[in-house]
Amino acid sequence: MIRKHILIALVQDRPGVLNRIASTIRRRNFNIDSIAVGRIEVPHLSRMTIVVEGDDAKVEQVRKQLDKIIEVIRISDITNDNPVAREMAMIKVKASPSTRSEIIQITDIFRGNIVDVSPDSLIIVVTGNQDKIDTMIELLRGFGIRELSRTGTIALPRGGAGPLTIEEDKPLRHAVEHVPPEDEDLPNW
Amino acid sequence: MMKTGAEILCESLIKEGVEVIFGFPGGVLLPLYDTLPRYPELRHILVRHEQGAAHAADAYARVTGKIGVCLATSGPGATNLVTGIANAYLDCVPLLAITGQVPTNFIGKDAFQEIDITGITIPITKFNHLVTDIEDLAMLIKEAIYVAKTGKPGPVLLDIPRDVFQGKTEFVYPDKIDLPGFKPKLFGHPSQIKKAADLINTAERPVIIAGHGVNIATAYLELKELAEKSQVPVVTTFLGIGCFPESHVLSYGWLGMHGMGYANKAIHSSDLVIAIGMRFDDRATGLVASFAPNAQIIHIDVDPAEIGKNLPVDVPIVGDVKNVLQVLNKQIVKREHIIWLSQLDEWRAMHPATEIRDHENVLPQYIIRQIHEATRGDAIIVTGVGQAQMWAAQYFFYDKPNSFISSGGLGTMGFELPGAIGAKVGAPNETVWCIAGDGGFQMTVQELATMVQEDLDINIAVFNNGYLGMVRQWQELIYNKRYFGTQLYNPDFVKIAEAYGIKGVRVSKKIDVRPAIEKSMAHKGPFLIEFVVEPEENVYPFVPPGKMLVEFLELPKPATSLKK
Repeated sequence: MIRKHILIALVQDRPGVLNRIASTIRRRNFNIDSIAVGRIEVPHLSRMTIVVEGDDAKVEQVRKQLDKIIEVIRISDITNDNPVAREMAMIKVKASPSTRSEIIQITDIFRGNIVDVSPDSLIIVVTGNQDKIDTMIELLRGFGIRELSRTGTIALPRGGAGPLTIEEDKPLRHAVEHVPPEDEDLPNW
Repeated sequence: MMKTGAEILCESLIKEGVEVIFGFPGGVLLPLYDTLPRYPELRHILVRHEQGAAHAADAYARVTGKIGVCLATSGPGATNLVTGIANAYLDCVPLLAITGQVPTNFIGKDAFQEIDITGITIPITKFNHLVTDIEDLAMLIKEAIYVAKTGKPGPVLLDIPRDVFQGKTEFVYPDKIDLPGFKPKLFGHPSQIKKAADLINTAERPVIIAGHGVNIATAYLELKELAEKSQVPVVTTFLGIGCFPESHVLSYGWLGMHGMGYANKAIHSSDLVIAIGMRFDDRATGLVASFAPNAQIIHIDVDPAEIGKNLPVDVPIVGDVKNVLQVLNKQIVKREHIIWLSQLDEWRAMHPATEIRDHENVLPQYIIRQIHEATRGDAIIVTGVGQAQMWAAQYFFYDKPNSFISSGGLGTMGFELPGAIGAKVGAPNETVWCIAGDGGFQMTVQELATMVQEDLDINIAVFNNGYLGMVRQWQELIYNKRYFGTQLYNPDFVKIAEAYGIKGVRVSKKIDVRPAIEKSMAHKGPFLIEFVVEPEENVYPFVPPGKMLVEFLELPKPATSLKK
């Protein structure tokens, strides 16, 4: 089944991480809908939210490939967990004295904020899920959109500990305890 | 004690047990090349092209089981490594590539011989890093080597700027690493192993497909125990050749496009495929939708991303092959499969893939068999890619692990000569035969000079058929004999050898084949034999692309009699 998938990942803050992740996804010929990255509460770690559209099995393949990247500490597909997913948009709309009040009304309905007013335009900030923002943009299009910037989706799973939660009593550390033998003698048949 | 970056690199490599570096110097590497002579523990082998360094290090790693190290300068030196790194990536070979880089204050300015090699090699390395701070150098070396060797092995690259080589810092080699994101799973899941054991204990027509992973994990004895205890026939993959002795009564050759007909039939008719350390490559499976149509599949592999990648699997076991088999073998009961094995023997008699027909000219298959007899099978065979590679895999019988060194995944023409160098350096007491086609030989011919400079006792067989044979074969069989771009105007290979200071002979008669082989082996140092072979000989069996494994073409039945 082809649908949108939300992948969340905990990654080490090292140069090239974003490049490696994007390159692994691109190799499988997926289009990245959005990718959002930011630092988290633990030093030297970042969290990514990646939205891709694709077949379930193929996305799982990519997830496994991404999991192999050394800097990726954990990665999880939370699409089926009904996560809370939001994005933010900043929209600069043409606004004349005659249209301004209508734009303000629409902004109110969508619980957006007007953060800048100039004689002929407004900047609106709105957060919500993708559908909500798409709808709002559609409504504002008639007034004339001058500039638009969206953050891409960020998401958290609902409930208690999520797949990326770092438990305080279990600090992140290197997981492999066993190193394969090196110079084992070849057997004589 | 304060050490320079170059000294830190040398000492760290020594601490990791590295003994050989295949390299080629350049401007930004000068501080390192000024330091290397002070570390005689590190043998530096000067290649003639950086691709050769990567291939030699690759073959060295396969033969020794240690990490192979290659070294190249910035810019073109680094890009010349790319083919070799990709080759190691696809064949899962632990390889450390070290590249010089322009000084840090020049990076990103398109300086002379500057190239973003870490960017270029992202898709073909497990791990790579531009070392911008000398304080990180020792730790990154430790991490890189650890990652290259652990789990599914593969190449890693460190890009070191000239000023980092020249800088100084206190050197303490770390004894621990901290890579929270590196999580290879080395032990199989017990309940999955139990499920696998149940299937093996009840299957009627089981087959083991043993891949390169058995070689990598040195799980030969475990594989043998499993096969013998439950009397399961063993088919290997192309790169798995040698992981199970081909003279063993349970050995049924190798599968795939040019694999043995009986191996392919066995898999197609089986009710249980036990896939061990292999990845269902398209050259191995044929038309994947009808691969082993009646079989349940157990897939043991260290890489979770391989599970279910090409076909659905009934029992996946992620773990190191050796560890998994050790646990699995304890749960296997003694079985007999008399009917199944006699069916396989019948197929083997019907499809004698390794017989050589009588022919007045020198057949390449005949040469390989003569090499097998002359060496009594006790040799390391190194090949490039193409027809010569396939014949070397089919007509030599491999009983020793890691005795067949070939470019499998990437299919790199030109692997053979530098590969033979790496194999000989890694196993100086073994007889090494480099089996080259006339096409692949000329791709890395300059490494003949490396052989002479290092006085390596390597036997080189060049099969001169005047064609890029495998492509010509496809043009013949699939493109209705429309040969284009495959005919070679060849040089005099013996004279080329002579020009490099290598003794050589040309053989164009059957009667001269064996004496030439004996002469080459008696000769100390490199020796080249140019075999003028039947020009339009094809590799059979052949599963045409897009066909099922059992739809293999065989040599059209000749009027002449078959002779073993």
